[in-house]
Amino acid sequence: MSALKDTAKSAMQTAVRLTPDKWLPGATSDPLMHKHGLLGAPVSRVDGALKVQGKARFAAEVAMEGLAYAGLVHSTIARGRIAAIDTGAAEAAPGVGLVMTYKNAPRMKAPALFGTSPSAAGASSLPIMQDASIHWNGQTVAVVLAETQEQADYAASLIEIRYEVEPAVTSFEMAKGRARRPESILGEPAELEIGDAKAGLAGAATVVDHIYRTPRYNHNAIELHAATIVWEGDQLIIHDASQLVNATASTVAGVFGLKDHQVRVISPYVGGGFGGKCLWDHQILGAAAAKLAGRPVRIVLSRESVFRLVGGRTTTEQRVALGANADGTLAALIHTGVAAMTTHNACPEQFTFPARHLYAAQNIHVAQEVADLDMLANTFMRAPGESVGTFALESAMDELAEALKIDPIELRRRIEPEKDPTSGTRFSSRNIVEAYARGAEHFGWSRRNPVPRSQRDGEWLIGMGCATATYPYYRFPGATARITLNADGQAIVAMASHEMGMGTATTQAQAAAERLALPLENVSFEYGDTALPPGTVAGGSSQTASIGAAVIAAFEELVPALLQLAGNDSPLAGLKASEVEARDGGLGKIDDPQSHESYASILSRAGRKEVVAEAKAPMPLEMQKYSMHSYAAQFCEVRVNAVTGEARVSRFLGSFDCGRILNSKTAASQFKGGIIMGLGLALTEETLFDERSGRIMNPSLAEYHVPVHLDVPAIDIIWTDIPDPHSPMGARGIGEIGITGVGAAVANAIYNATGKRIRELPITLDKLL
Amino acid sequence: MDIIINGRTIEFSVDPRTSLLDLLRDHLGLTGSKKGCNQGACGACTVLVDGERINSCLALAVQYQGRKITTVEGLARNGDLHSLQRAFIEHDGFQCGYCTPGQLCSAVAMVDEWERGLPSVVTQELAAQGIALDRDEIRERMSGNLCRCGAYNGIVEAITATFENLP
Ligand code: FES
Ligand code: FES
Repeated sequence: MSALKDTAKSAMQTAVRLTPDKWLPGATSDPLMHKHGLLGAPVSRVDGALKVQGKARFAAEVAMEGLAYAGLVHSTIARGRIAAIDTGAAEAAPGVGLVMTYKNAPRMKAPALFGTSPSAAGASSLPIMQDASIHWNGQTVAVVLAETQEQADYAASLIEIRYEVEPAVTSFEMAKGRARRPESILGEPAELEIGDAKAGLAGAATVVDHIYRTPRYNHNAIELHAATIVWEGDQLIIHDASQLVNATASTVAGVFGLKDHQVRVISPYVGGGFGGKCLWDHQILGAAAAKLAGRPVRIVLSRESVFRLVGGRTTTEQRVALGANADGTLAALIHTGVAAMTTHNACPEQFTFPARHLYAAQNIHVAQEVADLDMLANTFMRAPGESVGTFALESAMDELAEALKIDPIELRRRIEPEKDPTSGTRFSSRNIVEAYARGAEHFGWSRRNPVPRSQRDGEWLIGMGCATATYPYYRFPGATARITLNADGQAIVAMASHEMGMGTATTQAQAAAERLALPLENVSFEYGDTALPPGTVAGGSSQTASIGAAVIAAFEELVPALLQLAGNDSPLAGLKASEVEARDGGLGKIDDPQSHESYASILSRAGRKEVVAEAKAPMPLEMQKYSMHSYAAQFCEVRVNAVTGEARVSRFLGSFDCGRILNSKTAASQFKGGIIMGLGLALTEETLFDERSGRIMNPSLAEYHVPVHLDVPAIDIIWTDIPDPHSPMGARGIGEIGITGVGAAVANAIYNATGKRIRELPITLDKLL
Repeated sequence: MDIIINGRTIEFSVDPRTSLLDLLRDHLGLTGSKKGCNQGACGACTVLVDGERINSCLALAVQYQGRKITTVEGLARNGDLHSLQRAFIEHDGFQCGYCTPGQLCSAVAMVDEWERGLPSVVTQELAAQGIALDRDEIRERMSGNLCRCGAYNGIVEAITATFENLP
């Protein structure tokens, strides 16, 4: 974002902050947030029966006549040019229909880079297969289409390439020397100073000041990235595994010079996303090959290809310096650092975001830089920034507590801010102190001995640690919902949104049923298809609120439409929309149990089969007026083997404050899923990047270690369930917060167990010996 | 060649390089078995061969002539879900559902292995008469089936609830 836009944005924010609540759209709290029927109930997933029978069709499973299968060849150098490419043997191989390289690929525009407009989805702005140049080690240099996957893969192996190698920057150390400050970090200033943090630190009674390092990580959803693609005339249909169908359609349309409506993206089931199932080169290459070959294409990335073509979380180096006064309050909070990035993407890994909102300090300095490498574009992965940022910040808090000889929970209580420490805005709802208190009680925190290495069970050293988790509330503009209510009292709510396992389809059906006062079995939620009203990205833990706000808007259109249909012969005759509520499968006058008419009766008397209301959500001004975040207190118990250094997590508890919980069953699962990914971040996961060649060295699930059953103890989840008065349904995001704070909770527990402070993830056994 | 899949004999003829998994998914339209790595590292492709669990991505289809294969599509009986399938729904043993067919098939065979008295690496008393199918035994025996959504707690609970009344 340009400096000018930043100024305009901050002027807007100030204006919104000064606006009285009642002037904002959605001024009154959503009445649903206080209902206790379906909302919050542990409803089992609506797609459960399909999924346990293997009947849910994923992108690679869509049946199609005349399919060709794609095989890929990846570059083996990080930067340079293809000097010669010999595809003869591949073309002659059995079953091969097409070999596509830069020489014969259709002319395509570069994808619009994510963030440059609301409909831009490109993970990188590099043109795809348009010339001989190579920009990262692993870039696709050829696509082979054949009758079967086996034939395509074999033919791909026959392609011979000679490269002209050019010097590449593949070392983070080297790139750091030329680090730059980006214009903004996702729309927030890259640097922010309140007071004079350097002076504050120098004058502080107690100081901790350390560097923390985090490696590259990959999402590694178990479903491989895949698309089944067909051109029908000048219409392009992509069955994709996607967490942003609308932006994908519009960006792909731009690449091929089509209108948005000429591209349809369908994605009803996604086998895990976590930020990785977005628009990458493979969908575009698949569409280009389908166009050239004149037949439908299935492109399924191998696990190695996923590592080579789909970016992950980038590496960071962070400094956290805390200066405390004698009473434990903060004189200075400094969080600065650098993340590896490229010149052609826009994902700076916002690790300084937590420090902007969590703690009161007299002086604050946060600043982020990026270091450009010749590598695959890094991208958003579950809680980008906050996951690794909380590792540094919350490890430092633990170090400060120890230096001050204060309990780490008590330290955080003393620096709990009244209002947002950097923006100065009020918190919409923040109950982190309460979450800590309840978590500590459930976890048995009082049993922790603050002296490291004081609890032992045979070879095993035992320790406990805690850390704060935090993730912002986001609601993205542009969401449009459609409610179709029919004469049988059935409702369908529709929006092109996403279900990757979060429980969207279930939770939204619950919320809509509650809103319409219909039984759950009468309500369904349609999603995952750009033919539906437009949705927003399933990212930033924003989707529930984004859909919710659009459904409220559509409901506000539906009620007057129903009243009009009800006419003069209805018990509701003459009532205004503001005087009625949804009740017992119809509308009723507020505070008057007698005056009521069911939807079925209204529609049948009006001779209508259905009534349809569609509306767009208002702009998310609540995000500017208030400081809105989800919070949690994470508690971990580890056992570290004194002989081998092996660390095992024996207990874990997350105490969450995320507004209203809409489905206690699926929410608990999502929190646990985040925490488990956090255990991987803390202990086992790392994408190994060869700093000499720029090549990823462990592109497989055998060598990239995601947590398995035996790594995961029974995890306890509790929550405050205090509704946020300024969000739809009183709910804030829950998808990403679970992973935040976990790295530090584990590291702090390991310190308590062993007396060893590890400031570099993952905490593998070699670091503990 | 023929192969018996979920009780039905099926004739097939494929490129000898075709894995059992690709036979199921690409040639027979049985897409319940999933591909997560194609190299034996994730367990998403787990199917039962004569009741034993294997990673079908590591098996060549032509080696399975005449063998009885059970896939996730074959777990339900006459339209009634297997009790383990119902327990997965009840205990939320999945999120995206992609690892789920492999987890289900693996768990069915795992319980069978345990009933036959096969010990695991966490079994304390190898000579004991009966091994308790506790949390640790289940977690160890299911560790070949990865779940990136992190539904592990729900999966263990579903398995426990389904099989806890076994002898
Ligand atoms: S697909 Fe067979 S083990 Fe992963
Ligand atoms: S449910 Fe998504 S990988 Fe297991």
